[in-house]
This record gives sequence, structure tokens and C-alpha cells, in this order.
Amino acid sequence: MSTSQAYNEEKGGSSSLGEPEYGHDPASGGIFSSDYKRHDDLKEMLDSNKDSLKLEAMKRIVAMIARGKNASDLFPAVVKNVACKNIEVKKLVYVYLVRYAEEQQDLALLSISTFQRGLKDPNQLIRASALRVLSSIRVPIIVPIMMLAIKEAASDMSPYVRKTAAHAIPKLYSLDSDQKDQLIEVIEKLLADKTTLVAGSVVMAFEEVCPERIDLIHKNYRKLCNLLIDVEEWGQVVIINMLTRYARTQFLSPNQNESLLEENAEKAFYGSDEEDAKDDKTETASLVKRKPYVMDPDHRLLLRNTKPLLQSRNAAVVMAVAQLYFHLAPKAEVGVIAKALVRLLRSHSEVQYVVLQNVATMSIKRRGMFEPYLKSFYIRSTDPTQIKILKLEVLTNLANETNISTILREFQTYIRSMDKDFVAATIQAIGRCATNIGKVRDTCLNGLVQLLSNRDELVVAESVVVIKKLLQMQPSQHSEIIKHMAKLTDNIQVPMARASILWLIGEYCEHVPKIAPDVLRKMAKSFTNEEDIVKLQVINLAAKLYLTNSKQSKLLTQYVLNLAKYDQNYDIRDRARFIRQLIVPTEKSGALNKYAKKLFLAQKPAPILESSFKDRDHFQLGSLSHLLNAKAVGYQELPDWPDEAPDPSVRNVEVPEWTKCTSREKRKEKVEKPFYSDSEGESGPTESADSEPESVSESESESGSGTESGSGSGSEEEEEESGDQSEEEEKEKKKKKKKKEKELPRKASLESMGSSPSEEEEEGKKAKKKKPQHDRKGGSESSSEEGSVSESSSSESDSGSDAEDSQLETETKRRKMPPSSKPAPKAAKKGTKEISLLDLDDFTPPPPLPTSSSSLVSSSLVTDLEGLTLIDTSLASTVISPVFSSVKTYELLHRMTGEGLSVEYYFSRQPFAPDPHMVAVQIQFSNNTDSEVKNVRISEPKLLSGMRVQEFKEIESLAPGETTSVVMGIDFCDSTQAANFQLCTHTRQFYGAIQPPVGELMAPVFMSENEFKKEQGKLTGMSEITEKLTLPETCQSDHTIVQRVTSAANVSRVPCGADNEYRFAAKTVTSGSLVLITLEKKEGALAQLTVNSEKMVIGTMLVKDIIQALTQ
Amino acid sequence: MIHSLFLINCSGDIFLEKHWKSVVSQSVCDYFFEAQEKAVDVENVPPVISTPHHYLISIYRDKIFFVSVIQTEVPPLFVIEFLHRVADTFQDYFGECSETAIKDNVVIVYELLEEMLDNGFPLATESNILKELIKPPTILRSVVNSITGSSNVGETLPTGQLSNIPWRRAGVKYTNNEAYFDVIEEIDAIIDKSGSTVFAEIQGVIDSCIKLSGMPDLSLSFMNPRLLDDVSFHPCIRFKRWESERVLSFIPPDGNFRLISYRVSSQNLVAIPVYVKHMISFKENSSSGRFDVTIGPKQNMGKTVEGVVMTVHMPKAVLNMNLTASQGSYTFDPVTKVLTWDVGKITPQKLPNLKGIVNLQSGAPKPEENPSLNIQFKIQQLAISGLKVNRLDMYGEKYKPFKGVKYLTKAGKFQVRT
Repeated sequence: MSTSQAYNEEKGGSSSLGEPEYGHDPASGGIFSSDYKRHDDLKEMLDSNKDSLKLEAMKRIVAMIARGKNASDLFPAVVKNVACKNIEVKKLVYVYLVRYAEEQQDLALLSISTFQRGLKDPNQLIRASALRVLSSIRVPIIVPIMMLAIKEAASDMSPYVRKTAAHAIPKLYSLDSDQKDQLIEVIEKLLADKTTLVAGSVVMAFEEVCPERIDLIHKNYRKLCNLLIDVEEWGQVVIINMLTRYARTQFLSPNQNESLLEENAEKAFYGSDEEDAKDDKTETASLVKRKPYVMDPDHRLLLRNTKPLLQSRNAAVVMAVAQLYFHLAPKAEVGVIAKALVRLLRSHSEVQYVVLQNVATMSIKRRGMFEPYLKSFYIRSTDPTQIKILKLEVLTNLANETNISTILREFQTYIRSMDKDFVAATIQAIGRCATNIGKVRDTCLNGLVQLLSNRDELVVAESVVVIKKLLQMQPSQHSEIIKHMAKLTDNIQVPMARASILWLIGEYCEHVPKIAPDVLRKMAKSFTNEEDIVKLQVINLAAKLYLTNSKQSKLLTQYVLNLAKYDQNYDIRDRARFIRQLIVPTEKSGALNKYAKKLFLAQKPAPILESSFKDRDHFQLGSLSHLLNAKAVGYQELPDWPDEAPDPSVRNVEVPEWTKCTSREKRKEKVEKPFYSDSEGESGPTESADSEPESVSESESESGSGTESGSGSGSEEEEEESGDQSEEEEKEKKKKKKKKEKELPRKASLESMGSSPSEEEEEGKKAKKKKPQHDRKGGSESSSEEGSVSESSSSESDSGSDAEDSQLETETKRRKMPPSSKPAPKAAKKGTKEISLLDLDDFTPPPPLPTSSSSLVSSSLVTDLEGLTLIDTSLASTVISPVFSSVKTYELLHRMTGEGLSVEYYFSRQPFAPDPHMVAVQIQFSNNTDSEVKNVRISEPKLLSGMRVQEFKEIESLAPGETTSVVMGIDFCDSTQAANFQLCTHTRQFYGAIQPPVGELMAPVFMSENEFKKEQGKLTGMSEITEKLTLPETCQSDHTIVQRVTSAANVSRVPCGADNEYRFAAKTVTSGSLVLITLEKKEGALAQLTVNSEKMVIGTMLVKDIIQALTQ
Repeated sequence: MIHSLFLINCSGDIFLEKHWKSVVSQSVCDYFFEAQEKAVDVENVPPVISTPHHYLISIYRDKIFFVSVIQTEVPPLFVIEFLHRVADTFQDYFGECSETAIKDNVVIVYELLEEMLDNGFPLATESNILKELIKPPTILRSVVNSITGSSNVGETLPTGQLSNIPWRRAGVKYTNNEAYFDVIEEIDAIIDKSGSTVFAEIQGVIDSCIKLSGMPDLSLSFMNPRLLDDVSFHPCIRFKRWESERVLSFIPPDGNFRLISYRVSSQNLVAIPVYVKHMISFKENSSSGRFDVTIGPKQNMGKTVEGVVMTVHMPKAVLNMNLTASQGSYTFDPVTKVLTWDVGKITPQKLPNLKGIVNLQSGAPKPEENPSLNIQFKIQQLAISGLKVNRLDMYGEKYKPFKGVKYLTKAGKFQVRT
């Protein structure tokens, strides 16, 4: 803290440079100002409308987050700025949002709609970043929205968006692992992607979500191998690691024969000949059995395509390839990785550390590989100790008869190092060399004995321990050394070393018969002051001497045992008791006594000095688990080679594209190419996703056209007679066309795009009353008709020519173009978007215009519209009881709190005439006091940004007992946040809040069945929410269902051909987005509810509300 | 993958934290501090630490610990390499990767970290892309920003991220088109007591500074490419072309970058440009010793050896040193026991020499080993391996660029054992 304060002071001084003065942030512990006050001014800055102030505030907040200070109380103030125009503010808000969303889930939901909008942006980068932030918000309630967004993005045109989708998969999975199955589908789809951009990310997702689904890789294996070199470096690491595992399950070991030979070779060095002979027989037998090994071409492909990556500048990539070769390549080829790994030793010390760990493991199994690079492992005095010790390990592993002399000479210099830990390790290493290579054993031993006179006790102690181990191999020749060591007991203090010496003397007391009893005498003297481990060895020595030389040592042994009997350590007491019983013959002592000598002086096998890296290679090299030598969380075992190769044909793909573009060489071509390869990868998924609903709507629209014209009768038709004729003609033309096209399903789907606008235009005509824009534009109805024709169906006019082929051609072109060139899809997208916008705007009466005439028109339109809805509902077979009766009343002000004035409100579901974007709220005041209440009005509305309130006219007076009702309009901005305000009377002020149920945020829309289906077709994917439910018995009849749905939401019924389906339509009041509801009854009481809406939050909430209404 | 990142300074303050998934408490760093304490020396902190719930992977760069928190299996090198890339990026942006630089630019740092990782998986690590997203701070820009209120965040979207050559910015324009290549070779060597070479090899890099407009396609060829034994490439280099023709063909990134690094095949004998004569001895039972070192030129190909610096880690028992330098100046830090002798240029006529008395702690046993001498030097205009650039050709653009190649030989890890 103190340093940060100092830093702040310093910062305060230099802040004149225009840098953000985050040093002044509250959390840095200013003494003079409290946190609250500080945060208040940040809030103020955030609320201001100057971007620079907002930016400043956000910078300070981010600085707080960076230092781990809590800034969560600023959440509401910050999140408001999520839609800020300034890019930097926006980015910083994202940073904040992602950090705190988890803690403030409810408020975080407010921001969701911004990202949802972003998901539809024509710019791929904005779509991607929206998805990125949306998926980073860890709020479980948006899981379905995320799921939809990911699915949608997975078939996006842009590979960058698809990459982001792949990134989002693990995020969603960690939030809700129940989504696994759906996510696997997305992964499967993305794995098929042919762009390098996506490959790394999707394999990453694969590894995190479903690493066990190795079957998903088959079809993509060759593609991944071929793309590998062009994938970005981080992706390469992940892919290579995954492919290593894959190859282990799918191919046969390339070393099956060699591995046996190799073992032989090893044994010839160290093993006894007898063993070899035996092994040889069995091996030759097994060799005969085996078929000659032929490497699978796919296996070869993997090895060939990863090899160039050894040249990567990224150490992680090099390591990944190295481990792949180590685990998969034939022995003869593994050597190539040594050079690259040695190169990494020039890198940062952390990299060295990891690489050396892996080299240490490899060098045990494949020593020959690193031998040429022996000198690269020589140690410099400037290396960190942990690196030195690892290098030593490698050097020891590499030591053999030919190079041992150089290595020992090198060790010689190490022993004089200042770094004592390193020296100790060197002595151990010498010991290991000596045990492994018989030739140098004596040299080593002599060297070590010299070290016994070293001044540093640690060195001596370590030497003693190592010598002890070496002596065990051939004790008879070394009684001199043992004598020498016996002398050391006077000086050396390190317990381990003392214990080792004592053990040696005890074990070989026959070689030093004169010295041993004397040593025991000395030790008996100092027994009480020794460490436990030394005491145990003293007892041991005493026992052994007693058995061999009882004459001289009997009393001493008794003495030592007596001392031990009263020792503090129970191990020592136990041992003393045990040994006494064993060696001192008494009447009671049993048969064991006879065997005491055998027990104590048996031949003991010499210890084997092994590398601590032995057998570490059962972990995949390069992995965290290998480094820790323990299984890490999420580690995927490297499977053993299969005995029989699985069917290689699973990897066959119809188009063997992988023969192309295998190399960097061809990158240049690929610069131009990717669009093609994109489109190839692309066209599949997008087409299927897009064309499906369209083709459905297409076929249905045809069948439905009859009913449409039927139901379309009534009041409207008369009004539009003028336009009808031309329309009829057109219809006929189209029908003909359609019939022809139906022969070819492909054609039909192509046509769908062209035909949909015309369809729309028909609808437009029918509902032309709801198209005041055209009215205003054209002035007269007929002209508006023409306008809309030319506007919405340019393709139609193209196809006006009789030559159908040419039309088809243009159509196909249009379909094919989007992926191949960038602007085209955008244009197409824009086009459709504009159309939908037109639709929506058309339904919403425009805001009142200054000219009185048009405003008149629009208001009359509103009533017309309402008329239409009423007609529509009455058209349906059941009659819905007037909505108002079923309407719920909410309390705004209770009689008690309102001091006699009680206020209730309900949503009248009438269009609010002054402003169509507002929801009408009927407010009922009743005066229960016995005096007059005057001047009832609304003041100080506290609204979230964007919300508006149209206050009612002040009620001048309300007589006692009287009740009056007024209407006010509130624009909720399509959110269910409450509108807060003060309710004032002439004496008092009350706090009031109106919170709309989601069903009240919309207004009914009339639609025909066709129109419904068409709109629904546009709102699939992300915008579609489906839920299954069981209808209770009370809610089985048509009547109740319709009633319950309409009471839950302000929607109108859409006529429907099938009798087990119910459709409803509405649009949100503020933005005019369509909300389409479909309820499909299935057998039994089951039903499926589908809501299609651009506003996903509304959709989700609506589904909940309706289900509740239906099932209660 | 990477869950969180903590930046910790030498005194153990966590001065920056960033989380890419849910928040991990700072207390996880306690395990790191524990390991740090145990390690005594900063260099010996193990890069990978296992704690009950997390794994900590750390690097130490420029007096800062970058400690990342991992929850599941991940290749450790992946994380280490990434952390170094982060440090490189800071270096690139702020000129230095220090605590003050990071604190002063905390917002930019945060924006960078946000862009570099998504959910713990690297997203944009190419400096060219990052610079398009977030402009590095310059004094001029910060002044302009403070006046106009504009920001460091690029208004344009990083189209580079979408291209097939992600390392190159789109729409590069220069009035002077230049391409410079620095061939820098380092000699790593261990010389033993008697002056014979125990181990020596040459490691080289070619650092480039390319300021060319548009999309130039360059190819660089060598007179003697066979010299290069083991090469690692910047991703821009077309590997196949190298394999078949031994020509470096690439579309370069914009600005400074490392084109290749290489090792010269070990068959070739390495010329050692300097020799060191040394006489360091400590007398038994007396609190002093003698120190006498002379440096002279050896196989320097007729060029001057300059920038010579010798550093020696003296044994702990050394209290002080009284030396006279015939050339240059020396310092001895009695705390770290490091002797530094800044020699400068070596003139063969008068060889630089440093000699005098070493004062030892009285009563302490004499150090049994002599310290090894680390030598730094530079030789301009020489690639010690003899590597020579043959020619540089440019395709794809019309203008004629200015081309330059510079050679430099340096001492790498050059150690003389005494």
C-alpha cells in the first residue's frame, strides 16, 4: 500500500502530461475523501453527456479494476454507457461489464439487447465483438440466448465471426455444462470449416468440451493436417497435441519391431547374457508372428506436415511437434527434433526449464538423439540453479562409455562451483555415472574420496552418501576407503553422512575388524546427542558387531541398547527392544536368535541409481502433467497404440481436396484463394440454414394462397378494389411460374428469395391502411401501390421478361455471389433488413407530423387498426371475451399509505393516441378521505435512459368518495424496467412505480396466416425460442387457451388452418419489432410453444409468462 | 486456458490483475510468494507451481513477475511463450517493460490484455494487429489527445485480423521506402582455465526494419546459405521456398521484427575473437588475494573489438577489491559481489589490464574456487560465421526501395573459467 501511495503522489505530479490521472482514484486510499464521495463524482462524470468526461471516468474505473479494487457499486452508472458512441468508452465499458456481470446479474441483463443488436450488424467485426462480449458475460439466465447466438454465428458468412463462435463454445460450456450435446453439434459443424482462422479455435473448443469424441475428427483429419502450417501459432499447438492423441488411437506403432530390438541393444550393454538369450527366443517368436509393418499414409501425412513447424519461432509449437515426433514417429526419424529443442535452450530461462525437463525424459529413452549436442548442455556459472540441475540430469543421461571422460572432466569443474546445491547434485550425478558405467567406477570413487577432504561439509556429506552406494557394489576391494571414512566420523556433522558411514562400517565390519569397535565406542559416547537417524545406525552397528565380534563389543552394545531403551523417540526404543530380543540369547528368546546373523549380515543388493525422469514419458510430453509428474486436472491420457489398426477409411472424404495447397509455398495463391475455399466451406451450412425455412414458407404460401384470398374478404377488399385487378394478374403470372419451378426443388428454393418480396407486396396491399408512409409518399393509394411494387420486388421486374432461364441464371448468381465477394452478401443482407424494417415501420403509425392533415390520418389509422384487430379476432371461431374484463389491476398506492387516496392502474391495451410508441396505462384514483384532494399530478419521473412518460392532465380536484380515471402513456423502451415517479397532491407526495408485465409491451397486429409464416421464417435461429409444456386439463379447450394467451400478452390471434395450432402476433410498442407466438398441441396434453422475436429478452420472458398463464 | 494474470514487482506488490474468466482471488499468489521465498534467488523460482486448486505459471522479466493462473491441463510452454509475448508487447508499446511504464499506461495495458486473450485463449498477438486496434502512446499523441479528446483506440476496425497475412497491416504508406536488415551473430563459448575452447557456437539472428508501402513481396538470398544449420522463421517466410532454393521469400510485417534466427553448423570451427590471461589467487591463511586479468585480441578478422565489458561474480568471502585498470573503469559492488570492468576498445599495442589486491573477510576460509569471467564485446561490420547477404529483390510494388544490410558480431554467453 505504501508504495502505491508513493506512486500516486509521484503520479499526481506528473499528470500534467495528459495521461489519465488514475492515480487519483478513490481506492488508492486517499485519507481526506471517503470512498462514497469519490464514486459519486465518477457517477456524475459517467452521467454527463461529454464523451471526454465519460472516458476519463472509465479510465479511472478500469485502473481500479486493474489493481483489484472493488468498483462494483458503479455498475448501474457504467452499464448505461454500453451503447455509447465513443469506441474507447464502449470498450472500457465492456471490460467493466465482463468483470462484474457475474456479481450483478440482473443489471447486466440490461446490456444484453445492445449486443443482440450488434449480432446482426452488417460489419463482421462488430458481429464478432458483440458475440465475444455477450458470451463473456457469465450470467446463467442468458444461456439460451448465448446458445442461439453461437449457433447463428457458427454459420456466419465471415470466418472471423465463426472463429469467435468457436471461442464462445467453451465459455458457454463452463457456464452450463448441460448444453454439451448442442455444443457438440456446433463443434462438429465448425470442425468441418475449411478456413485456417477457425481451425485452431474450434479444436480448442473440442478439447475443452468433448475431447473424448475422437470420432468427430476422422473426417477432418486430413484437412487439419494440411491446414496446419497456415493456422496461427497458438492454434497449431492445440491441434498438434490433439492430433497426437488421435494418431495414437488410429494408427499402429511404427516401432513395434524396432522397440524390441532396441530393448535388446540396451540389455546387451547392461544386462546379463542369460536373460538376453531367453528374451531373444520369445522375441524372435513374436517377430515371426507379426506382419511387416507398413505405415498408414495418414500417419505419414501428419509427420510430414508437422515437420516444418519445428522451425517455428514459437517455442510452444516446436515443443508440440517434438512431442508428436517422440510419441508417433519411427525411431529413425525422431532425431530431427533434437536440433530444434537444443535451439530452444537459447531462449528465456523459463523456456529452458520446461524444455530441459522434456529433454531429460526423452534422453532416457532415446539417448542417441541428443548425443551430438552434448556440449550444448554444458553448464555456465551464470545459469540459475534449477537450470543447472536439469542440465546435469541430461548430461548424466547422455553419459556412455565413449563420452564419459569428457563428461567427468566437465563435472570436475562443476564440483568447484560456488553454488553448493549444484555441487551436491553434481556428486549425485557422478555417482550415477559410476554405477551405470563400470569402466569409470574406480575413477569416480577415487574422485569422490578426494572430495571427502573438501572444506565444505555439504560436499563431504553428499560424497559420503554416494560413496556408500558405490561401495556396496564391490566392498572387498575398498577397505582403505572404509577406513578413511571411519576417521571422518570425528569431524563430519551432517546426520545423513554420519549415518551412512556407520552403516558402511557395520555392514563391512569384517573388512575393518580393528576400527569398527572403536567407532562404536566413540558413538556410544556421543549417542544421546545424535540425530535419530544416526542413533538407529548406531544401534545397527552395535548389533552387527555383537554378532561378529561379541568379545570386544558385548558391553558396548549393552550400553548402547540401554541408552536407546530410554530414548525420547519411540522408533529408537522399539528398535532397541527388538534388537535386544534378537541378538542377546536368553531363555525366552525363540528360534529367531539362531538366525540373527543371517538376518543382519545377509548380502544386500546394491542400490540402483536412477534418474527421477525415468518413466515420465507415460505422460504426454510437453504437458503440464509431465512437468509436475502428476496428473493435472483435465489431462487427457495418451492412449497406447492399438494392436489392430482401426478402419482407415473413416478418414476418407469425398473430395480429396487436401492434395491442393499443402504448403507455405502456395500461400501466395491462397491470398486470393481463401474466398473460394471459404465459399466452399460456407455454402453448405448457410444454404441449408437459410433455404430451409424459406422453402417451407414458399410451399406453404402457395397452398395458403387460396385461403388467404378467402379470408381476405370483408371490409378491406372493397377499399382496395382499384389495385386488386393488377394484383390478380400478377398473382396468376406468378402461380404459373411457380408451378414450373416446382419441378426443380433447387429452383424453388432459389426462387423463394425472389418471390418473397412479391408476397410481401400482396400483404402490403391488404394492409395498406397500415402503410401510412406510402400514403404520405404517394398521396393516393394507387400510386403507393406502384411504389411498393417497384420498391420491394426489383427481382420481380427482372423476371418480368419471359425468358425464365435467364432469370434463373441471375437468381443463381445472386445466391452464389454472397460468399465469393464481400460486398454482395452485405448488400443482400441489407436488402432483407431494409425490407423488414419497412414492414415494421409500416405497422407502426409514425409519430405525429406537424401537418395537421397527416396527423389526422394517422390517428384515424390507429382506430382503423384497432378495428382490424377486433375483426380479426372475431373472425376466429371462438370469441375472445373483451380483453378489458380479464385485465389485471395493479395497485399503485394503497389507501393506507396514500392517506385515504388510493390509486390503481391497469393496462388498458388501447393504443395511446398522442404517441403510438407509448403503452397506455389507465389510472384510477379514488378519494376515500372526507376532504377534497386537489391538484393530483405526476412529477419528477425518474426514468432509465430512453424511457419517456406522457403525464396525464392534472386532476384539479377529487371530491370525497369520488373515483376518477385518467390515461397516461409510458414508453418503456421495450424493457420491463419500472417507470418511477412522484405522485403529488396539493398536500403530499407519494412515490409510485409502474412496472409492465412483458405482455403489455406489445400491441396486437393483424396478420394473415401466410404473412405470419413468412415473418416467422425471417425470425428463425437466434430469434426463435421454443419451449415444451404440458397443458393442464382445465386448459385444453380452444377457448381457454386463446383466452389465457391473450390475457397474458396483448396479442391478436392469427387465423390458422390446422386445428391443433394457435398463432398470435403482436409488435412491441416502442420499436415495433414483431412478436410471433405459435402454440402447437401435440398428442396428450403436450404442447410446444414457439416465440419468434427479434427482441430475444422479450421473447424469453414472454415464453415464461405464457407458460405460466397456460399451466397455472 | 489462462485464467488470470497477476503482475508482481520485486517487493511483492501485486500491481495489476486481469481475469479472463471468473475472478480468482489475489490470495492465490501466496503460493507464489512461498515458492519465491524458498528459492532465495529470483531466477530460481520454479516457473510452474502446483497449488491445491490452480497451477501457477510465471515468468520473470525486467524485474516483474508475470504470474498466470491455470486451472486445467495446458502445455506450460504455451503459457510461458504467451507471457513473454505480452512482455514483448509492453516493451514494444512503452519502450520498456517496467512497473512504472505499466502503471502509467494501465488503461492501454488493460485494453491490450483484453485483445490478446479471449477466454484465456490467445486471440491477437501480432503487434501489427494490436497496433491497429490500440495505438501505442507517444508524447505527441498524448498531447493531441488531451487537446482534442480523441483516444488511443483505433477507430478503424482491424482488418488485418481477417486477412491471410495477419502480420501485415493493410494500407501501409511511406514516403521513403526503406528496408534494413541487421545480421547479428552471437558467440556462445566456454573457455577453460588453460585457454582452450570447451564449447563454442554461433547463434545468429536477422532483425529487420521494413518500411515499405503497399504489399511488397521480398526475397532475400545469401552467398553461403549452407552455413545456416538450424533456422527458425518468422511466420511470414515461405518454408517451401527455403527448403528448395535456400531463399528467404516473404511478405514482411510493417516495422521492426525478427526475420529468422539461426545456428551455424557446429562442424565449423568458431573463431574466438578475444583471449583472456588471468591470474586470480587467494592466499591461504591471509585475508587477501591477487587479481590480474589481461584481455587481448585473437582471431578478430582485422576488425576492432569494442564495447568490451567483463563481469565477475566474486566469491562471497570477498570484502573489497583494490584494483588499477590500465584502460577503462571498474566497479565492485560489495553487496552482490559483482565486479564490472568496462574496458571499451581493445588496441593491440597496449593490452588492457586490470590488477590489484582482493580483500577477504578476515577469518573466513579461503575460497576454493576461482570465479569465472563473463566477457561482452562487439565487432562492427563483421559476421563471424562469414555469412553474407547476396541480394534483396522486391516484387509486387513499383517503387524502388532503399536497402541496407548491417553486420554485427557480439559475445553471447561468453564465459572464461579460471
